[in-house]
Amino acid sequence: MSTSTETAPTSTRRGPKPAGQRVAEWADARVGLYKLGKSNLRKIFPDHWSFMLGEICLYSFTILILTGVYLTLFFHPSMNEVVYHGPYGPLQGVRMSDAYASTMHISFEVRGGLLIRQIHHWSALIFIAGMIVHMMRVFFTGAFRKPRELNWLFGWTLLFIGMFEGFTGYSLPDDLLSGTGVRFTEGAVLSTPVVGTYLSMFLFGGEFPGHNFVPIFYSVHILLFPGIMAGLVVAHLILVFYHKHTQFPGAGKTEKNVVGMPLLPIYTAKAGGFFFLVFGAIAAIAAIATINPIWTMGPYRPDQVSTGAQPDWYMGFSEGLIRVMPGWEINAWGHTLVLGVFVPLMVFPLVLAAIAVYPFIESWVTGDKREHHLLDRPRNRPVRTGFGVAWLALYFTLLIGGGNDLWATHFHLSIETITWSVRIGFFVVPAVAFWVTKRICLGLQRRDRDKVLHGRETGIIKRLPHGEFIEVHEPLGQEELHVLTAHDQYKPLEIGPETDENGVERKAGPVTRLRARLSRNFYGEHSQIPKPTVEEYDEITSGDGHH
Amino acid sequence: MSDTGSHNVSEPHEHLPATGAAHGASAEVRHDPFGNPGHPEHEFRRQDIDEKAAKHSERVVAGLFTLSMLGTLGFIASFVIFPVDKYIYVFPFGHVSALNFSLGLTLSLALVGIGAGAVHWARTLMSDEELTDERHAADADDELRATMEAQWKQGVKESGFGRRKLVRNTMLGALTLVPLSAVVILRDLGPLPEDKLRHTAWAKGKALINPNTNKPLRPEDIPVGSLTFAQPEGLNEESDDFQQQIAKAALMVVRLKPEDIKDKKELSWSHEGIVAFSKICTHVGCPVSLYEQQTHHVLCPCHQSTFDLSDGARVIFGPAGHRLPQLHISVNGEGNLVAMSDFEVPVGPAFWERG
Repeated sequence: MSTSTETAPTSTRRGPKPAGQRVAEWADARVGLYKLGKSNLRKIFPDHWSFMLGEICLYSFTILILTGVYLTLFFHPSMNEVVYHGPYGPLQGVRMSDAYASTMHISFEVRGGLLIRQIHHWSALIFIAGMIVHMMRVFFTGAFRKPRELNWLFGWTLLFIGMFEGFTGYSLPDDLLSGTGVRFTEGAVLSTPVVGTYLSMFLFGGEFPGHNFVPIFYSVHILLFPGIMAGLVVAHLILVFYHKHTQFPGAGKTEKNVVGMPLLPIYTAKAGGFFFLVFGAIAAIAAIATINPIWTMGPYRPDQVSTGAQPDWYMGFSEGLIRVMPGWEINAWGHTLVLGVFVPLMVFPLVLAAIAVYPFIESWVTGDKREHHLLDRPRNRPVRTGFGVAWLALYFTLLIGGGNDLWATHFHLSIETITWSVRIGFFVVPAVAFWVTKRICLGLQRRDRDKVLHGRETGIIKRLPHGEFIEVHEPLGQEELHVLTAHDQYKPLEIGPETDENGVERKAGPVTRLRARLSRNFYGEHSQIPKPTVEEYDEITSGDGHH
Repeated sequence: MSDTGSHNVSEPHEHLPATGAAHGASAEVRHDPFGNPGHPEHEFRRQDIDEKAAKHSERVVAGLFTLSMLGTLGFIASFVIFPVDKYIYVFPFGHVSALNFSLGLTLSLALVGIGAGAVHWARTLMSDEELTDERHAADADDELRATMEAQWKQGVKESGFGRRKLVRNTMLGALTLVPLSAVVILRDLGPLPEDKLRHTAWAKGKALINPNTNKPLRPEDIPVGSLTFAQPEGLNEESDDFQQQIAKAALMVVRLKPEDIKDKKELSWSHEGIVAFSKICTHVGCPVSLYEQQTHHVLCPCHQSTFDLSDGARVIFGPAGHRLPQLHISVNGEGNLVAMSDFEVPVGPAFWERG
């Protein structure tokens, strides 16, 4: 790499520049490196433990790519039948697909192969769990608000594709457990009205199981989905940099600034180090905890099955949908509408879509067009928090439904009881969760209000000269007063009078009415406790004897 | 992007609003007890003022990095030392692969050493002074917006997109049609369904074969209360389409007391109380395999659909939408159980054309 000597005739050089600087200048002259670094090298990131959840996702995704590339070196995405002659005794002479046999080879003969397989699988579970927890952090703190709505959708899409990336991945070894999941997929595809049988024939290259699905899943798993996901991850990160990270309210923190530590050196070291910590933790888990031991399950055969068959956890809620749905079939005019399977198949994306569209509903209801960089405390948005908890409650109810057999055997319950409970719970549990959460939020708001106006309970009981006992309340510091009162409180939208000032009838359309109604539900007097005003505070704190 | 970063070195306090700074001491300042108190003053850590403490941190960080190096050496050593098929007992994990266990833990050590070292370095030795960047709204100012609108209009005008409707419409038509080739070209992924899902390998006269012994099943092989599996005669594990065939033809056979059989058709298709049903669940295709002999119920282990084998295998619980198809059986001259025909209705999950 030649740094030309004629670059700076005006410079008065005192000896050669360091090599690093020469490389940087070479790159700068070609791609504008310095201009890029100007706003990013010392970029400020705020600190909070919950901000590392997204990092866990990013790092587990990176680990998945690293270990995934390794696995492709040994895995054979082929359904050609072979007879097993490897070191694992119980399967000697058993017929299996090449995919299964090569996974056995990775697990028993390739040194370190089992470790990488287990790191890969554990990372996948952690990746998706991380995405859901990260999404919930973003949801409950309102970090999805303008200008971050697009990034919310990017993240949601990553979660959605991530689930299918996981499914196509664990289906590749063609073992008895995952094959059962693929068979379920065939049944689900067949339930599609009109085109179901065609889709199934194309997916499996004929009748199930055929010889096609492992190579097709492989191509999707290692090329199509990771390609899309890598693009989304990069876009997600670019937007995080562009918007600058959100921050919680606090001393010196405003909507107009971001307070924290610079990328170089603090976050380079902390976040870079955290990658190694995540990788190290997953490596330790993979060393001590077996995951997906395909050798105990045996190769897939459509006429065999094991009991207690469960998908990986993130598919559990779709399993719940399919298990608790009544087996409705409508037969008419020589055709069958398989509602018992098709309804869950359609509800599955709808459950996920409900959380995806929420930010847009909220911004429509509030009509708030401002940018928001200070995070909400969940209690100050009772309806949003209630909706999020209701969504989680639905998710976990369905997870219970997905493991109804395990719940039945472990807790000695009848499977009918569990299934019926989940059927009813599907509608009731989210409603109850919403209501309870909203009440809790309002209670916490009241407590905040009391704390601001009367100070913190110290637990010290004082006896006054005339015999009265009082608890000493300690006034809050200014930072705490600020944090507890920094949030906006919206006013519900008013439709306005039915007639305008000239007496002409002015009918509000159904959309306007819906919006006003939602707005009342979000921000009406039953949905928020008025935060203390300065006047109230002054009145209480100015008098003596108050506590 | 912003021009931030450049003023990180300056005093952060100068960017902050002055509200609340007076701590209520002077009456002239606008009174706001809830106002933002501003950036708190930086507190120094021990390492910032005590070089000895800093040295200690330095040694800890270096120690962690050294630990990582030892981890990598351990990883290589484990790779060389432990054979891939060696199993050892490790409390409390039980018998584990020595290689997997040692590789995983040494790798973990190598990685955690780097991670913990870097984080400890950042926390104790790098500056922990909080800095402030300003934010800037993403949207353009009016001038830029006007410029962009003008440029866009100019470009559209020069293209003639709005004026030459024929060009526009034919282009949109062409762009709409061209993805069709991408759909059409997928056609050869598989054959058309035709009536493939309606037929199985069963046919009149085909014997019920015990898949374990590869011998024909005889009525006396099937005791009351047990569940026996069967596959059609001529189906060979080595044949290329075995998996496709068994996915439809898998059969379960049970013997009931004829007086227990409630369904008339079931009784007429049975032989001495022996009835044969498709093993493939009509929900989404798992093999139904859990038999409860007292009640004659079979349960699918995947989604818990339950069928009553004494009543035409009707669904009594769970998400399945219709009965398990029954296979009409009898015995042939040699006393073996045989099918009297293929299944009358399609086996397995329902589909649009099933009817």
